[in-house]
Amino acid sequence: MMSLRHAPTQDLDSRPWDGPTRHYDIFKEGAIALVIVTVLVAALAAIFSSPDDKQLTFKSWAQSSPDSMYTTMVAELAGTSDTYNYGPPYNNNSEGLSVGPIAMQKWMGVTHPINASQDFVIKPLESQTMSADVKAAVDQWNAATPEQQTQWASNYDTALNDAAGANGDPAKVPTGDYGPTSVLAQAVVDMAKTGAYDGAIMQGQFFSTDQTKQMLLMGDGSYMDDIATTDNLQGNTWGMVNEAGSWPGQMWLAPFSFWYQLPAFNNTDPNNTFAQTLTDNADAIIFAIMMVVVLIFVFVPFIPGLRSVPKWIPVSRLVWKDYYREYGRR
Amino acid sequence: MTTTDLPRVDAAPSPEEPTTWTGKIRALWMRELPPEKMLPETQPKYVSSWIYVFGMLTIVSLIVIIVTGIVLTIGGVQWWHTSSFGHYMNSLHFWSVQMFFLFMTVHLWGKFWMSAWRGRRAMTWITGAIAMIMSIATAFTGYLIQTNFNSQWIAFESKDVLNSVGMGALINVTDFGQMVLMHVALLPLCVGVIVVMHVLLVRYRGVVPPAEAIDHAHTVAITEVAS
Repeated sequence: MMSLRHAPTQDLDSRPWDGPTRHYDIFKEGAIALVIVTVLVAALAAIFSSPDDKQLTFKSWAQSSPDSMYTTMVAELAGTSDTYNYGPPYNNNSEGLSVGPIAMQKWMGVTHPINASQDFVIKPLESQTMSADVKAAVDQWNAATPEQQTQWASNYDTALNDAAGANGDPAKVPTGDYGPTSVLAQAVVDMAKTGAYDGAIMQGQFFSTDQTKQMLLMGDGSYMDDIATTDNLQGNTWGMVNEAGSWPGQMWLAPFSFWYQLPAFNNTDPNNTFAQTLTDNADAIIFAIMMVVVLIFVFVPFIPGLRSVPKWIPVSRLVWKDYYREYGRR
Repeated sequence: MTTTDLPRVDAAPSPEEPTTWTGKIRALWMRELPPEKMLPETQPKYVSSWIYVFGMLTIVSLIVIIVTGIVLTIGGVQWWHTSSFGHYMNSLHFWSVQMFFLFMTVHLWGKFWMSAWRGRRAMTWITGAIAMIMSIATAFTGYLIQTNFNSQWIAFESKDVLNSVGMGALINVTDFGQMVLMHVALLPLCVGVIVVMHVLLVRYRGVVPPAEAIDHAHTVAITEVAS
């Protein structure tokens, strides 16, 4: 009876393999794989196509949800919109997010300045031929002090959004010291209904590839947000990995999206200050967590414990079962 | 010119010893990764599982992505909304990306359970991991330039993440032009370079042996005689 006796292994992993070999043809394997993948992808594309929900425009917003756009324009004038209060890189109206004492958002400063009332309301109106009442409203606004402008718009914003009063309905706003606020907001909505605002917000740029202002304004209202909610695209419903419709989304972002589902980053209890801090700074904290995860992933070969998991759980015996069956294990 | 200025015949290098940068690099390449090692016709016998196919499947998926991406680039960023052929090309691009990540994930888990970083192969793992991260960034920018609702929403949401850590000052996801250039030029170049490095390292180091492989060079056959 014959058996094999093994001498102590000497750098077997690192030295060139000197054991039995098999035939191998990388170009043949590659050609077969290319055909298989091409046919598979061609079939999937033919059967399932790909998602393409039409882009939103300010025209579609104004025509489908004029009150939403009107309320948003009032908020831009009053300084209560998300964009106005964003902070860097758009303005200095807040400090932005941080991870403990590390406030990169603040430190990087304002690199894409946005003046919400001017960029979203006044300048687009001035770029068009204005009716007499709109021109008078713009002139009145421009002639007023910043304090007066804020006072007018804030008064109107408060009255418009008073749940016990107008509750978002411009027709029910009681008379008050609002200056030209309502005329300006309505003028933007009217302009947007014609499609002119989509060009006006670009402010005369011939080559414009930067949609920062458009994107921020679109997100200030409920129009785009409501559509995203309907499609399960919000961050706390795994929106990062979802796709509009039934198509697969960016599943590879699941490790990132996972953290946004945790209660600690979705706090609703105002008395829990720690959880509220986590929630308020979720984007920055989760990004920092993911950077650590990425470093662990990249440097797995050097991390004690983690690199030994495959040894403790020998799943690889399935991979090499033919070899082990023929030659045994050392 | 004096005779002392003439090159000495006996100082001429032998043909085997290159004197130029090109020659030295070629010699280094031929020594470390000769053609028979670069394109071998045999592999160790343990390379006989389906799991080994997923690396190749990932690469051919990348080839399909690049080819369909080139066609989409020629058509322009909005072409596929108005052309049925363009939409099909976009669908090919979309599904090849889905397959690419599926195959790459299986390949990754396979290599993890094989602890494929053994035997001075850590850099092979690291380049593979970086290739995956770069691929995620490339796919992400692709979603940003679809010029449809999805790209609007993803740009709006993702800007907060980058802004929160200061990166938004440099990488503006709501700047369509910047994202187009990153998706069709900068990031594919990075992915291409890192994938080539990864593949060359696989060839250079060879496929990692089984964790419990026997040492064939030091194995002797013995005959046991039944007593």
